[in-house]
Amino acid sequence: MMEFRTPDEELAGFRRRVLVAGLFVAVCFGLLAARFYYLQVLRYDYYHTRAEDNRIALLPMVPNRGTIADRNGVAVARNYAAYTLEITPSRVSDLEATIDALAQIVQIEPRDRRRFRKLLEESKNFESLPIRTRLTEEEVARFVARRYQFPGVEVQARLFRDYPFGELASHVIGYIGRINQRDQERIEETGVVANYRGSDYIGKSGLEMSYEAELHGITGAEQVEVNAGGRAVRQLSRTPAVTGNDLDLTLDIEMQKIAEAAFGNRRGALVAIEPATGGVLALVSKPTFDPNLFVDGISNEDWKSLNDSPDHPLVNRAIFSTYPPGSTFKPFMALAGLAAGKRTITQTIPDPGYFMFGGRRFMDDKIGGHGMVDLHKSIVVSCNTYYYQLANDLGIEGIANFMRPLGFGSRTGVDLNGEGEGVLPTPDWKRKRFRKKEHQKWFGGETISVGIGQGYNAYTPLQMANALAAVVNDGKMFRPHVVRHVVNPVTGERRLVEPEPVRQLALKPEHLAAVRQAMVDVNKAGTGARAFAGAPYSAGGKTGTAQVFSLRGQRYVEGRVIERLRDHSWFIAYAPADKPTIALAVLVENGGFGAQSAAPIARQVIDFHLLGKRREQPAGEDAAAVDEGDEEHAEHGAAAHEGAPDATLVPPAADPAGGQVQ
Amino acid sequence: MTELSFHPRHVLRAFLRPIDPPLMLLLAALLGFAFLVMMSASPERLPSLQVNTLVALAAMWVAARLPPQRLLSLALPLYALGVLLLVAVDLFGETSKGATRWLNIGVTRIQPSEIMKIAMPLMLAWYFQQREGQIRLREFIVAGLLLVVPVGLIMIQPDLGTSLLVTAAGVYVIFFAGLSWKLIAPVVLIGVVGIGAIVGFGDHLCQPGVDWYGLREYQKHRVCTLLDPTQDPLGKGFHIIQSTIAIGSGGVLGKGWMDGTQTHLAFLPERHTDFIFSVLAEEFGLLGIVVLLVTYLLLILRGFAIAATAPTLASRLLAGAITMIFFTYAFVNMGMVSGILPVVGVPLPFISYGGTALVTLCLGIGILMSIQRSRLLAQA
Repeated sequence: MMEFRTPDEELAGFRRRVLVAGLFVAVCFGLLAARFYYLQVLRYDYYHTRAEDNRIALLPMVPNRGTIADRNGVAVARNYAAYTLEITPSRVSDLEATIDALAQIVQIEPRDRRRFRKLLEESKNFESLPIRTRLTEEEVARFVARRYQFPGVEVQARLFRDYPFGELASHVIGYIGRINQRDQERIEETGVVANYRGSDYIGKSGLEMSYEAELHGITGAEQVEVNAGGRAVRQLSRTPAVTGNDLDLTLDIEMQKIAEAAFGNRRGALVAIEPATGGVLALVSKPTFDPNLFVDGISNEDWKSLNDSPDHPLVNRAIFSTYPPGSTFKPFMALAGLAAGKRTITQTIPDPGYFMFGGRRFMDDKIGGHGMVDLHKSIVVSCNTYYYQLANDLGIEGIANFMRPLGFGSRTGVDLNGEGEGVLPTPDWKRKRFRKKEHQKWFGGETISVGIGQGYNAYTPLQMANALAAVVNDGKMFRPHVVRHVVNPVTGERRLVEPEPVRQLALKPEHLAAVRQAMVDVNKAGTGARAFAGAPYSAGGKTGTAQVFSLRGQRYVEGRVIERLRDHSWFIAYAPADKPTIALAVLVENGGFGAQSAAPIARQVIDFHLLGKRREQPAGEDAAAVDEGDEEHAEHGAAAHEGAPDATLVPPAADPAGGQVQ
Repeated sequence: MTELSFHPRHVLRAFLRPIDPPLMLLLAALLGFAFLVMMSASPERLPSLQVNTLVALAAMWVAARLPPQRLLSLALPLYALGVLLLVAVDLFGETSKGATRWLNIGVTRIQPSEIMKIAMPLMLAWYFQQREGQIRLREFIVAGLLLVVPVGLIMIQPDLGTSLLVTAAGVYVIFFAGLSWKLIAPVVLIGVVGIGAIVGFGDHLCQPGVDWYGLREYQKHRVCTLLDPTQDPLGKGFHIIQSTIAIGSGGVLGKGWMDGTQTHLAFLPERHTDFIFSVLAEEFGLLGIVVLLVTYLLLILRGFAIAATAPTLASRLLAGAITMIFFTYAFVNMGMVSGILPVVGVPLPFISYGGTALVTLCLGIGILMSIQRSRLLAQA
């Protein structure tokens, strides 16, 4: 296939092929040149940006969290600097072995290991997690000397949150914790992702949560040049972080201390409000918990013991849990009767000891009745019959329409998350509440029960205190609030949180005066007289007892009822009587009669508020009040009626719907 | 050269006699580039780069001094030794990173495939010389066999880059020896169609589980990564992505010597070996690249000029093939770092760090010089 060629022909052929090869080379180099022109000229901007992105990292600078102080400037949430030992799991091959080796140098408790494992499960990638917090200087020195043995382990100086009062007011102050998946979603929804770059902590409950936006501060940024290993080589620019705002509370931590001590080991809630401003002076929910447990990541067993406790310490009873108000509802009912013109101040009715309705007897607390009863006496002796009749005269819609502006059955808008709504019962509410047709009908007998604060009524202690505060503040109602000022720590600028009243209730002064006079006399000669015996000031009050369990026709005898089924004890009070500076609601779960356990607590708090008297010990239960308080309990059984759901034995705090207690 | 003279001028002239000035000048320019870029990319390697350069220049000088006939007489023994060592590698070689490429000969480890880069064109040129005047299809078949055996041995190591270069070296000799266009055209066609298919149907071919006959999984991966580097941005794709960023961000004038951020912040991988071109491109920009391309082009032109005027068939074939090998190194390396060819581990000729490759390449320059000198002697 190849003819014989002379050397000259062959040479010419070779040279042609060299030419072809040369053309090939030229084409290929041309291709390369085109490629470089494309990369370096046409796409220069793109690749320049890519290279800059490679090179420049924006390091977030986490701001210091704002602090929280009570109305007298006492710090209740603050920061302190401490050393932590942190492990970056992605840079450590054998975590267990590393932790074991670290344990030789610094003390690492099984608790620390368990917490670390929990953090590890929840963590995003690449972040460093604390294995030990609050290292001593000596431990830091020991570790630093052997740092080279532990790649991926570092000592960091970090700011920690500290709640110096521990369990005190923990439901109000709340706590911060490490940002978890749910928090991350919340952050994304609210569009503040950029501000949380680098932040490890977020408010989880209480003020720490509701004022998160104020407390967190503004994250700064440091622009640094980094190498491929991600290590910063030099700083390019810097925007400092802006420290979060401080909170100045209306809360008085000393009063809180007195109030919590007064509860002792009893469960319950207390809300004390300054009527003239709506500022919350004390807000108790017992039992309570130590918020410091949450800061570094709570250990599983601590979490279990808090979460599984039958006492539900994590529930904020003061603003979330709802209870029937019992007889503390009567002063408001009296106002409703006066306002609607169904009763006058002086009008009397006979009380034979019961009220007949629909062929059934609604029993009074005192066998044989209180005789002739006017409005004043009805409150002082807590006469049921008077209010059975009044409720019947007002009708359920009449009651609801009067109570609604007082805030019953709707959220007060307090500056804390997780407020309960409660139930201001109406036929309409009942239709929506129950699925079955036969449960949806409203019975007249149910209106009668509502009249004495039982039945479907269910309100939070905060709603009770706030309604009372409005009544004793001549009908001027505020949104209750715990924070007085938001303070800029740099400029010192103070921003007032709540200057405006939400509404002025249309209540006649003479009606208010009549009801207030009756409430003052409750503490002088009525059901609150024993608790307020010897008080050098004059205070208004009203006892109440909320049924936990319907005995269906039997008489309630305390000794026979197991503790969890005992009635809840209520007391609402204000002082001084003529120009009140405090209005409060106290609830003691399963505390029996209002006069028995709730009233003495109120007395201690008011004593402290007006007299500066400190009795930091549980308020005694007034055993004698049991006999006198007997009057309040005849309603048991009598108020039971067809159509009401069966009594459930669930303690109120556990009811997620915040429904009323049977 | 009849009488011995030890006058310094005579010694220097004797020393410089084998050197071809244009080739030497171009080589010096390239080695200058190498030092300049290495100072920025990896200054700690400068001392060993100096040693490598001196050794390589010495090898070049020795090769340049030997007449082409002497070099060609080494073809058969060198080729035989190479094949023998390749067989030995496949039998007793040392394995590293999944490839068996090294042979431990007690003192040091050697990579026999490197010998083949010189031995292959030498062997084929020598063979065609033997058959001069009667080169028919049979001769091309024999040449093809001589090529396929060592390439096959290198491929099973596996070492795609070297087998490609050795194949290229052999193919260039066969091409220059006058293989009929009727045979070349179909091969080129198949190649073009094949590459077109890979680019066109890459998405399907790169699916996991699709087996590429004759290629290892990592070789398939390299091709697939080239087609779509973003598929593997932290693995193989990372090299290409960072390299194109380095090149592109260099712009027209570059970021300046020692100021390449991709280089100095360690984003660029293998920046002293296979990816050294990206350092140059980042710091000296398109301007630097053009200077380099022109230098290579001049080197290739000089090589072709030597080939076109070489006195014997063997020296013509050898010179043409060696020149094309220089081109192949340069094209494949620049193509792979700029993302138009797969990353096959071919160094940038005369600039990438690596003693063996530098010695091999300078031996090539030496052979070109030897051929150029033989022409002058023949004319004289």
